[in-house]
Amino acid sequence: MPESSETKKTLKKKIVFKPSYFSFPYILLCAIFVVLPLILVFVYAFIDDKTGHFTFSNFAEVFTSANLILLLRTIGIALLTTLICLLIAYPTALILASSPFNKFVILALLFIIPMWMNFVLRVIALKELLTLIGVKNGLFASVIGMVYDFLPFMLLPIYTVLTDMDKSYSEAASDLGANGFKTFVKVTLPLSAKGIASGITMVFMPVFSAYAITDMLGNNNTTLIGKIINELFINSGTWGVGSAFSFVLLLLVFGTMILSNLVGKSPKAKGGAK
Amino acid sequence: MKEPKVFDKIIEVKNVTKTFDDVTVIDDLNLSIRRGQFVTLLGPSGCGKTTLLRMIAGFTAPTKGNIFIEGQDVTDMPPYKRPVNTVFQKYALFPHLNVFKNVAFGLKLKKIYDGDKVDKKGKVTPVFRKLNKAEIEEKVNRALKLVGLDDYGYRDINSLSGGQQQRVAIARALVCEPKVLLLDEPLGALDLKMRKEMQIELKKMHRELGITFIFVTHDQEEALTMSDIVVVLNDGSIQQIGTPKQVYDEPANAFVADFIGESNVLSGTMLRDYCVSFLGAEVECEDKGFGKNEQVDLVIRPEDIHLFPIGSGKGQLSGKVLSAVFKGTYYEMEILASNYEFTVQSTVEAKPGTEVEMSVEPSGIHIMKKLRTINEFEGEIDGENSVWFCDGSFEVDTSLEKGTKVKVFVPFDGVELTDDEDDGVIGANVTHVLYKGTYYQVQVYTDTDEDFFVDTSDEWDLGDRVGIKLDKSKMRLEVVTEEESDA
Repeated sequence: MPESSETKKTLKKKIVFKPSYFSFPYILLCAIFVVLPLILVFVYAFIDDKTGHFTFSNFAEVFTSANLILLLRTIGIALLTTLICLLIAYPTALILASSPFNKFVILALLFIIPMWMNFVLRVIALKELLTLIGVKNGLFASVIGMVYDFLPFMLLPIYTVLTDMDKSYSEAASDLGANGFKTFVKVTLPLSAKGIASGITMVFMPVFSAYAITDMLGNNNTTLIGKIINELFINSGTWGVGSAFSFVLLLLVFGTMILSNLVGKSPKAKGGAK
Repeated sequence: MKEPKVFDKIIEVKNVTKTFDDVTVIDDLNLSIRRGQFVTLLGPSGCGKTTLLRMIAGFTAPTKGNIFIEGQDVTDMPPYKRPVNTVFQKYALFPHLNVFKNVAFGLKLKKIYDGDKVDKKGKVTPVFRKLNKAEIEEKVNRALKLVGLDDYGYRDINSLSGGQQQRVAIARALVCEPKVLLLDEPLGALDLKMRKEMQIELKKMHRELGITFIFVTHDQEEALTMSDIVVVLNDGSIQQIGTPKQVYDEPANAFVADFIGESNVLSGTMLRDYCVSFLGAEVECEDKGFGKNEQVDLVIRPEDIHLFPIGSGKGQLSGKVLSAVFKGTYYEMEILASNYEFTVQSTVEAKPGTEVEMSVEPSGIHIMKKLRTINEFEGEIDGENSVWFCDGSFEVDTSLEKGTKVKVFVPFDGVELTDDEDDGVIGANVTHVLYKGTYYQVQVYTDTDEDFFVDTSDEWDLGDRVGIKLDKSKMRLEVVTEEESDA
């Protein structure tokens, strides 16, 4: 009798299934499609395209003055797009989250629904519209396209933070003598910093590496880094320089992510009151 | 210069009604609060006490009526202009600011009177200025000291315990030197020991500062120990205003008696002045002025019942002890007499199972007018043997013609509640349940804003959705004549 119970035990032990096992497919997927390509990019960045030897020259080609201008332009356009998104999204989120409108979730949904449509289709449609009203391809059209495309990513996190915010905070501010404007500046805005930070991250990073929109809506003056990298890989076949470029871009985006995370994580008071 | 008027009534609430989406939360309420008092708004949840406080603070506007602070109509004044400050239920301390900055928040916005400016034409205009840093720091430190948090200025809000956060919230409100401090169930989130400590400290602060406190709570013990004046609220209207002793010893009605302290609430009949009959016993009391044989509610507090051995002849009622529990300084016993379960508190134990005699001194009985003795509605005959009222067509024995306007009288025991709303003629919600010894008196609220009082042997839970059926043999109709309906 004790024997059989022991075998039962070992059998039982074999089929114990931990919930963490569910993550294995994802880890595998991640390893193949995220980590491995990253390693490849890193390796290619140090390999000469012609000789196949180890080299730093790829990076030297990245940091040419022409490319630096391109980099600055990319950062500029990304910042501009992010800023416009923020300026449109914050008041909109504020209105949507305010009590008379908050009952109609459908209103918030209206801003999300365009995301369900195919991205390329949307940009083509926008292009036709812009041509119709006389806006030519260029910086202006590109920024409009990017703002239109990435606005929901800015709106959603801010809207979520604002709807989740306890109403008693603004009531307390009002109770202590702050009028509507001061309540907003001193309480609502700092308490929604986290939403703003994640909104900025969600818009800035994709815009930084985007090229499809500027390709379709821009001209020669709106060429972004993403486009150059694309050409390096597809057209000229210089994978090494392209990898080095991607690697630099990766570091930059990583840096901005850390920066915006720091902003979002510090709603606490800094320093003393004096 | 005019003498500044000193208003003895610091807050006046006049004919205030508040409805949220057709639900009346405050119903034509009048209240005046005297300067310097510690006033408690006491009532069960949903009675409208917090809504009343929020209207005084300015967070919600009354649907009808006016609110005055120091004689000035503030009904349309935003909160930031009112001379009151609030301690919120969940404190609402700003998480992005430290303790010092939280307390200083109001001071940084405040402008103080700084002498008069006289221009060339001799016109005098008062000058206001902001507080400077040194003044703010001094005031904040004084406020923190008052609540016992001297060295906590630079601490992060989230690192404080519930009790400490509570103190910061009080300091933040008091530092603005309000004329009235509003406290919205501020001790609800604290544990029992902490709550007792804060009760004593709040009372002490009230004495030292001399300003008016309005304190909202559902805890009757808290209300009785802390207040100068207790305002008992139920269903959006004031049931009684009085000192803690008054509301305890002389409750205005059965609701107050039941809500404040433990009590035995019974129905009785006033035989004549100073004599009441209940459960078959005739007992002396101190009340007079009721009609002969008027139905009344009476309250006997558990500690006012004295026990004697059976056969001693000293008691007016005899009963059987069902249970006895030692509560530290006294025994609490359940004693069954004529089908009523009395709660009795005494320092002498009577063993369960024994028979005892109970007596009550005349001063131990408190008699109250019944809130209502019969349900009365206005309706119309809408068919053969049926009457329409409260959005329902009820069966009744009548020979009146269709279209006749009538008053319908239904005694409490003529109403039957059904579990399933569809089994009744109309639906209603249970709003109040009062145990009256031999039966429950249940109050239900219909969708047409009418109340039914129901005597039933079943216990119903607050908020239950029920159906209402009426016993047609117990209903009475009275024709409304034309002149009456015109008037």
